[in-house]
Amino acid sequence: MNRRWWLPLILALLFLLSILLPHFGILNLYLQQVLMYVGINIILTISLNLVNGYMGEFSVGHAGFMAIGAYISSLLTVWVFPKSWGPFVFPLVLILGGLGAALAGLIVAFPSFKTRGDYLAIVTLAFNMIIKSVLENIEAIGGPRGFMGMSKLTNVAWVYVWVLITIFAIRNFVFSAYGRGILSIREDEVAAELVSVNTRQTKILAFVISSFFAGIAGGLFAHVLQFINPRSFTILKSTDVLVMVYLGGIGSIMGSILGASIYTILLELLRPLGVWRWVVGPLLLVILMVTRPRGIMGLREARWLLPAEEVQADAAVTS
Amino acid sequence: MMTPDAPLLSVQDLVVSYGNIKALRGISFEVHEGEIVTLIGANGAGKSTTLRAISGLIPIEDGRIIFDGKDLRAYPPHRIVELGISHAPEGRGIFGTLTVMENLKLATYARRDKDEIQKDYRRVFDLFPRLEERKNQIAGTLSGGEQQMLAVGRALMTRGRLMLLDEPSMGLAPILVQEIFRVLQEINQAGTTILLVEQNAHMALQVASRGYVLETGSITVQGTTQALTKDPKVKEAYLGG
Repeated sequence: MNRRWWLPLILALLFLLSILLPHFGILNLYLQQVLMYVGINIILTISLNLVNGYMGEFSVGHAGFMAIGAYISSLLTVWVFPKSWGPFVFPLVLILGGLGAALAGLIVAFPSFKTRGDYLAIVTLAFNMIIKSVLENIEAIGGPRGFMGMSKLTNVAWVYVWVLITIFAIRNFVFSAYGRGILSIREDEVAAELVSVNTRQTKILAFVISSFFAGIAGGLFAHVLQFINPRSFTILKSTDVLVMVYLGGIGSIMGSILGASIYTILLELLRPLGVWRWVVGPLLLVILMVTRPRGIMGLREARWLLPAEEVQADAAVTS
Repeated sequence: MMTPDAPLLSVQDLVVSYGNIKALRGISFEVHEGEIVTLIGANGAGKSTTLRAISGLIPIEDGRIIFDGKDLRAYPPHRIVELGISHAPEGRGIFGTLTVMENLKLATYARRDKDEIQKDYRRVFDLFPRLEERKNQIAGTLSGGEQQMLAVGRALMTRGRLMLLDEPSMGLAPILVQEIFRVLQEINQAGTTILLVEQNAHMALQVASRGYVLETGSITVQGTTQALTKDPKVKEAYLGG
């Protein structure tokens, strides 16, 4: 009956590979690093897609939330917990970082969603700058020099698990009744209210969830690099995430997975070009946007991510 | 509790402004259970503004709106829908990139009565067979008439006791206008009270039992539709002599 029996199997197999390949040295450290960045970027992209793609708002300060998650989790592993506890408390630490980011998201969302339209872009832009300045001016956590001393707690398997959690959570949220309310806000906010969607509350919730996962990504990032500084989380980082969202296509989780993977790997492949990769990469992007303005997936979703009833509905139409 | 004779909807001295411009200058009217009441008037008379104020989409400056004994000023838009006011807005407001079925499903957002929802889908599809044929089509690709059907169908799915309709005839071919109005009468006969806003006074006065004429934010004429169709002023201004 269940036509998706293979899906958990593949996911479990990939999980095994994510442990075994690095363990037996089949993947060298460099490739592992790239894979981890791909995963972290997937988390960032899917979470931003929730706000910018599914909900149709325009948030441009995702790196700010990432910074909060990165700093909170790093402070916890370096100052609060003994080093030997590291691997055991790591999930907890990440979640605390995510919750910190979510709280910041709530504070940003609360006033922003009283108004409509472009205000969110301005507020999130300002937020991103404020976070960076605040971090630069707290001498206790390194100020502009940054913060270090974290163990390398992030590995391919952990990133993989968090990517799965992100996909699972946001996919189920989007296809829930509540999540349908998010789509209705994107389509027509007035009409959304007229089908009894509490638009303000829905927007705030989506924004908080999005911020939470940005915080998780920040925590993972900090424990790959083992060094963070405020300059890692500027508006440039936010722009990278925006690019990955629109490259992959709005309103599509598969799109975000593709967008994040392609963009991250592409910039890695272009590394030999030195500074010129910042010309070639964006240029490719311009070409893609001209030829395919809705991104790679463009509002469509991969079949394996759709709920079973929708797949059946599709089948009914085509038959 | 409301008394048996109390109107379902009572608008009292409603004033609404957009900045310095007064869109409604203290209008009062009533809609009783089971009626079709129409608000007719030219562009900019304040018809849509009235409906938007009832649904809570714009702030009220002065006056009261009482629905089923409750002062609506205390409720946000999504709660007003749950109290039992459905609204098919001006320009239809359909969710363009979603399918017809998803549009209808969204209208059941706040409802928990699963069995009744299934019955209501059936009812919408019986009223508008065209929507059933196209239920998996993206709503933005429907024709204007079909989109209007969808807007009415979606309003039906929220299952209000009072349905607010904002210019359902706008931009439609005459035959489709006939069709929509026929369905509105059916919906009314099945027990839904309707407040209909129209520029097409001719059609509106045919289906309604009472009407109000709105001119630059004030009600100038009111009465039964028979009286309105005979009124020389209404005849000249809205029915083409």
